[in-house]
Amino acid sequence: MSTVVSEPHVGDALSVVQAGRRRRRRRWALVTGILALTVVAAFAVSLMFGQTFYTPAEVWGVLTGHRVSGASFTVGELRLPRAVTALLTGLCFGMGGVVFQSMLRNALASPDVIGINTGASAAAVFGIVVLGLGETEVSVMAMAAALAVALSIYLLAYRKGGSGPRLILIGIGVAAMCQAVVSYVISRAAEWDLPAAMRWITGNLNDATWDRALPVAGAVIVLGPLLLSLAGRLEILRMGDETAAAVGLPVERSRLLLIVAAVGLLAFGTAAAGPIAFVSFLAGPIAVRLLGPVGSPILPAGLVGALLVLVADFCAQYAFGTRLPVGVITGVLGAPYLVYLLVRSSRSGGTTL
Amino acid sequence: MTVDRSLHAQGVTLGYGDRTIVDSLDLQIPPGRITAIVGANACGKSTLLKAMARLLPPSAGEVLLDGKAIHRMPTKQVARVLGLLPQSPIAPDGIAVSDLVSRGRHPHQGALSRWTRADDEAVARALEATDVTHLADRPVDELSGGQRQRVWIAMALAQETDVLLLDEPTTFLDISHQVDVLDLLADLNRERGTTVAMVLHDLNLAARYADHLVAMAQGQIVAAGDPGEVLTEDTVRRVFGLDSRVVPDPLTGSPLVIPIGRHHTLIEPEQKDAAAAAEVEAGAQVG
Repeated sequence: MSTVVSEPHVGDALSVVQAGRRRRRRRWALVTGILALTVVAAFAVSLMFGQTFYTPAEVWGVLTGHRVSGASFTVGELRLPRAVTALLTGLCFGMGGVVFQSMLRNALASPDVIGINTGASAAAVFGIVVLGLGETEVSVMAMAAALAVALSIYLLAYRKGGSGPRLILIGIGVAAMCQAVVSYVISRAAEWDLPAAMRWITGNLNDATWDRALPVAGAVIVLGPLLLSLAGRLEILRMGDETAAAVGLPVERSRLLLIVAAVGLLAFGTAAAGPIAFVSFLAGPIAVRLLGPVGSPILPAGLVGALLVLVADFCAQYAFGTRLPVGVITGVLGAPYLVYLLVRSSRSGGTTL
Repeated sequence: MTVDRSLHAQGVTLGYGDRTIVDSLDLQIPPGRITAIVGANACGKSTLLKAMARLLPPSAGEVLLDGKAIHRMPTKQVARVLGLLPQSPIAPDGIAVSDLVSRGRHPHQGALSRWTRADDEAVARALEATDVTHLADRPVDELSGGQRQRVWIAMALAQETDVLLLDEPTTFLDISHQVDVLDLLADLNRERGTTVAMVLHDLNLAARYADHLVAMAQGQIVAAGDPGEVLTEDTVRRVFGLDSRVVPDPLTGSPLVIPIGRHHTLIEPEQKDAAAAAEVEAGAQVG
C-alpha cells in the first residue's frame, strides 16, 4: 500500500481521468436505464388498469396478436393506441425541449414557454377552422409554423449578438400573439370544427387513434436517432459559441441542425396530441436533476417526458371521475414550477438548467 | 520538436456590422515564440485575436495559417493546429474538471471514432501540466478564479495544438495567479515549442514574458518587435495617451513602465522636464 506522493507522474493522472470517465458513463447508463424501466412499467400499468382490469397475461396476448375476449377491443383498440401516443409524444416533447433549454442554458427557454408549440397550435387551428384542411395537411402546416416561429425568434434575438434572456422575452411575446390567434379563430369556429380544433389548445389523448400515432412514430424513428447523434455537439455548444468554435465545432450549422430536429419532434408531437402543457418545460430540468452533470440529457429527458405524459394521462382518465384532457394535469404540475423559476430568476438572475 | 506554424494576417479589415474596428492591418505571429498584444480598451486587440483564430471573418484581407486562408479551411482541421481560449468561456453547470478538459479532444475525434486511450492520455497530460490533477473530479463552478483559469488552459492544452491564442488569460486573477499562468505558458513554449499569442492588459508582465510585443491603438499597430525596443515612453504615450517613465526591470532587465498620474508624484509635473534635462546633462557628464 505504498504510493509515491512526492513524484506525480502522468500515470496517476491517467487513472484519475479514466476512473472519472467510467464513473460518469456508469451513472448515465444507470439513471437512463432506471428511467426506461419506469417508463415500461407505466406503459404496462396504463394497458392493464382502467374501468376493467386485465391481467398481464391477457394484455400480452393482445400485444402478440391473439384474440382475447373483451381485452382485444379495450386494450387493443382503446388503451394501446392511447398509451403509444402518450409514450411517443412524451419522448418528442422531452427530447425537443431539453435541446432548447441546454442550448440557451436556461430552463425558461422551453419550446412551450417561448411559443413554438403555440405557433404550431395557431397554424393548426387556422387550418382546421378557416381552411378546412384534413389531418395530414394540418400536421404539415403545424410543423411549418413551428419551424417558422423557432427561426424567427432565433433571428430576432440573435441579430445583434443577443442572449438567452432576450430570446426568451421575445418568445413569450410571440407565444402571446399566437395564443391570441388561436382564441380568435376558435371564437369564430363552426360547431362541428370545435372538437378537432380544441385538441390543439389543450393537449388531449381522449380521441387517440392508430392513424394519429403513426406520424409521430415515424418522427421518433427518424428524428430521434438524428437528435441523439447530435448530442455531442450540443454538449460542446453549452460552453458558449466562441469556445465551441475554438474546438472546431461548426457552430451555426450544428445549431441549425439541432433546432430543425428538435422542432420536428415537437411539431409531430403536437400534431398527435396537442400542445400538452409544460411537458417540455418540466422534463429537461427533472432529467438533469436526476442525472447530475454527466453526459447528454437528451435521452433521459425524453424518457422523463414519456413518463410524465403516461402518468398524467392515467390520472386524467381515472382520478377525477370525469375524463380530463391530459394537458390540464401537466399544466397544474408545470405552472408552480414556472412561477418558482420566475421568482428565482428575478432574485438571482439565474434560471440555468 | 513541433512543426513551426506560420500565422499571418494580411491586410485584414475587421468589424461588427457596419462598424469597422481594424482597418487593413498586417500582423505576423513569430512561430515558436511568445507574442503579447497590448493596447488601450476597445483598440481592437481582442477583435484581431478572434480573426486570427478564424472566429471572425474579415471583410477584407486574409488570415493565413501555413499559407492557407484560415477562414476557408475546415474548422475541425484548424482546431487540431490552433487553439483559442476566449475571454469568458462558459462552464456548463456542475461539470467536472476532467469532463471539461476532455472536451478539448473534440477536434481529434471523427464522426464515428470512439474515445481512445490516446485521448485519455492527452487529458491526463493537460491536467498534470496545469497542476489541476487533484481537482479532476471537482465541479468547475466550485473552484476559485485562479484554479478555474488553469482548468480552461488545461482544456486548450488537451487540444494539443502547435499554436495557442489566449484572450486576456490573466484577467480577474490576483498577481500571484497571473504570474502562475504566464509561467505555465512560458513552460509550454519552452518545452513543446508551442507558439503562444495572447492579449494582455499588464504592460510590465507582457514585456517580461513576451519575445515579441505588439502595441495597438485605434485598430492599428503602433509598434511591434522586441519588448525592449517597443515599450518606450513614446509608445506608451501614443497607445494609452499616458505619460510614464520606462526603466529597466531590476529583476529581469525588461522594460518597466511607471505611469505618471496627477497625484502622488514626488516630482511636480512642471519640474519633470527640468529633472529629465538635468539627468541627461548628468549622464553626459558621466559619459
